[in-house]
This record gives sequence, C-alpha cells and structure tokens, in this order.
Amino acid sequence: MLARLALIGVIVGAVVVAFAYTGGWFSPHRLTPARFVDTFEAVNGLHPGFRRNHAKGVCVTGYFASNGNAVRLSKAVVFKPGRVPVIGRFALAGGQPYVPDLAAIVRSMALVFVLPDGEEWRTGMNNIPIFVVGTPKAFRDQLVAFQAVPATGKPDPARVHAFFARNPESARAIHTVLSRTLPAGFADSTYNSLDAFRFIDAAGNSVAVRWSMVPAHPGEASAPEAPQQDKNYLFDALISRVHQASQQPLQWHLIITIAHPGDPTDDATIAWPENREQVDAGTLTIDHIESEETGACRDINYDPLVLPAGIAASDDPLLSARSAAYSQSFTRRVGEAKEPSAVTPAEVRE
Amino acid sequence: MSNGGKFTLFSRLLHWTMAAMIITMLFIGVAMVGSLSDYHRLVSIHRPLGIAILILVIVRYINRRVNPPPPFPASMSSAERSVAKISEMTMYAMMFALPLIGWGMLSAARYPIVLYGPLHLPPILPHSTTLYVILRKLHTIVAYLFFFTFIAHFSAMLFHTLIMRDHILDRMALWKVRRV
Repeated sequence: MLARLALIGVIVGAVVVAFAYTGGWFSPHRLTPARFVDTFEAVNGLHPGFRRNHAKGVCVTGYFASNGNAVRLSKAVVFKPGRVPVIGRFALAGGQPYVPDLAAIVRSMALVFVLPDGEEWRTGMNNIPIFVVGTPKAFRDQLVAFQAVPATGKPDPARVHAFFARNPESARAIHTVLSRTLPAGFADSTYNSLDAFRFIDAAGNSVAVRWSMVPAHPGEASAPEAPQQDKNYLFDALISRVHQASQQPLQWHLIITIAHPGDPTDDATIAWPENREQVDAGTLTIDHIESEETGACRDINYDPLVLPAGIAASDDPLLSARSAAYSQSFTRRVGEAKEPSAVTPAEVRE
Repeated sequence: MSNGGKFTLFSRLLHWTMAAMIITMLFIGVAMVGSLSDYHRLVSIHRPLGIAILILVIVRYINRRVNPPPPFPASMSSAERSVAKISEMTMYAMMFALPLIGWGMLSAARYPIVLYGPLHLPPILPHSTTLYVILRKLHTIVAYLFFFTFIAHFSAMLFHTLIMRDHILDRMALWKVRRV
C-alpha cells in the first residue's frame, strides 16, 4: 500500500515538476519577457504609465492610399487599391518619457492600418538602416552594457568593449548607424521595418520582404547637431508640419523591398544588397496630430505580429521577442496611473 | 442510464479529447508567457485551441444534461460524492470561464482576435484598458486554479484506482471492461 501511495506521489509529482519546468521555475536565468522588460525598467527607471521603450511620443492619424502594385506579392486586403484609415505614433527610442529631443536619438513611426474586414496591420519602424542587435539576448546585453554609470554619466568603456567582443555584428551595425546622415525632423525621415516579413500571394507563394516609409517631400535642411533650447523641437517641428498639411500634405511612400532567395531574414543587423527589387505599394498621408494624453495611440500596442492574412512573420528572432515584450510593457503600463506626456495637448494646439 | 455502469461513448470521447486539449493548453500557456522566441508560435495555437475547447464544453454541457453520469460506486461515502460533484462543477465553470476571459480580455484591449488566417472573432466587451488589466490577471489566476484542480482530479483517480481499487476508472475508460 505504501509502495502504491509512493507511486501516486511519483506520477503526480512528475506532472507538477514538468509544469513547473515548462513555466521556468527551475530556470531563474532564462530570459523571459518579464525579465526583458524588467531590464528596460532597471536601466531607464520606472516611469509608470509610459511605454518601456519609445516612451516619448505623439499620436497621429491619417490614411493609406494603396495603388494595387503589391497585390501580386501579397493577398492582404490592405494592398488592394483603395484607402484605409491609419492610427499612428511618432516617438523617440529609449525609455525616458521626458528626454530632451536630440537629432541623434533614433526616431520611430508606428502605425495600425485599420482594414475593412476587421483585420489590422500593426507595424513599428525606426529611422535607421539596420538594427544594432540581432537577437533578444544581445538586445538585453546591449542595454546593460551601455547603461550610464552614475559617476561619469557615460557608459563604462570596459563593459561596452566586452559587449562588442561578444557581439561583433553589433559593433559593425552600430558603426553603420552612427555614420548615417540625420534628416532634419520626423517628417523628413525614412522609417524601416528592420525585421524581415513574409508576403503570401493569393496562390500561396511566399517571398521575404522588408518595408520602408520614404518621405514624399523631404526638406533640404539637415538636423542641428547641438541640443536645442526647445526640449521638444523635433515634435514641435512635426506639429507645425501637420498643421501646414493643407499647403503641402505630409506623406510617405510605402516601399517594399523584395529579398532574393538566400538573403538572410533572421538577422536584422544585415542589410540586403542595394539592387533588390523595390515596389511602391501606396502613399501614407498624415493629416492630424494629437497629444498622447487624448489620442487613441496611447492605448494601442503596436505589436508587429498583429498582421492580416497575406503578411506573416519571418524567422527573425526579434519578431516573436518584440511581440512578447510589447505585451508585457502594455499590460504593465495600462494598469498604471497616467502622468502628463512630454508633448501636451496645449503644445499640439499651438 | 444502463450502460454497464459506464458513461456513454460520446461522453467518454469528449472527456479524453478535452483532457488532452486542456492539459496542452495549460502547458502552452505557462510556456508562452515565459518565452521570447516561442511566444508567437504558442500564442497562435493557444487562441484557436481555446475557442475549440469553448465550443466543445458547450456540446459537453448539453450532452451531460441529456446523458446524466452513471452512479458512483457503492463504496463512495456521501462526503466523497459531494467533493466529486463540487470539483466537477468547478471544472465545468473553468472550462467555460477561461476561454471567455481570454476572448474578453483581447476584446477589452481591442486586439484583433485572430483564429487562423483571415478567420477572426468579434469583440465581446467594450474597449476598456481597465477591464483588460483585470481580465488579464484573472486569466492567469483561473488557469493556475484549473491546473491544481486537474492535479486533484488526477490524484483522486489514481487513489481510487491503485489504493481503493474500486474500478472507478472503468466508468470513463475507453477500453472494454468485464462486468463485475
């Protein structure tokens, strides 16, 4: 009888242990979505109510006019000729919601295309040509290595050196990113998907792509190098630009770049050769701007894997990680009390 | 209902199919929230599998009303029978609640609720991030409750089978049993 009781204990215990192992209870060093977001909070401080990355931002709305050129690549309804509404957000990368605007900080454009059949296409793009890390672990390690040391206000050179030694692809990528020319403002910047995706056509054929939003009317000026008096000078320039939209619409072309077979899709630090075919799928028009405090974009999670049929994830490891991490950040921040945004409703009205 | 003391074949098939689906869901759930690289793949299974369980539990509930369970073994005391009935009701409640909470939380957050390809569900709750936060937490709590209730159910079955030897498993077994 004792033996049989012990047997029950072993069988039930095995199930419980398997469950606990699957949930990570025996792996305190596993990089989970929670620990990943915890790293952002540790490095940037906890700013309740705000996104843990791309914290400083402003809401925009507009529409995407599809010209039908991408129908042969993807069966997604967004590419049929016609217009769909768009709810977007411009932001500065980093976890500081009140960071003073600086040209060198990476700018982002996030969009949700609201499709007529109830589907959505959500995307978050950055104004850098490639990403600086290729894996979630490298992302976390980079955050920690580049954290400012309190004594100097700068990263610890030894930690940075160690990070580059372990991640040579990041050293190369960061060098590429730092040598880019800095367009004057949000309106003049090209925003890139960085991660590869798959487009699936009506016949079921799939092709690897990356996409970009390329400004239709970029300005001539380049970005001021020194910090400006106005801590929101980039956002203020964008606000003016949207308010002048009746004189010149604020528009971008959606450019799809098609990979050749063999172009790496699982490493966002590697650019594809310049000669890859590009398709202009349509024009994005931004015609309204609003503070996050009242805008719809604040409570949207721009998860890059919220996709319509016809667009799918590639094997880029950053995609699933982004989806998981954004979900963590979203769940935390929407349950927190809201603080005023850096770009207030009053600022947007001016 | 005389069936050799067994549940009907349909009831037994529902039980084992749903047991496999639910245990899979519990493991997928706990794995996906702890993974960066497998999150998308697992969530993409988690959603349609959850809705499949919801559909089956409706069928199962109707079936249970139409085909009541066979009697308990004579050896079970009234206290044991109460515990068995309460745990059965609890599991039915959780089989209904968990997928509805999942559907509800995605609705409240206004995520598209994609099942497969273009197949998606409408929202069942108004847009409310407050509601989302509550339901997100509730989903986790009820899921863990379900796991522990399953462990209790599984342990009780093993106890009855290996210690009490009352052949209670025969009521639900798919294999043929000799009439005692």
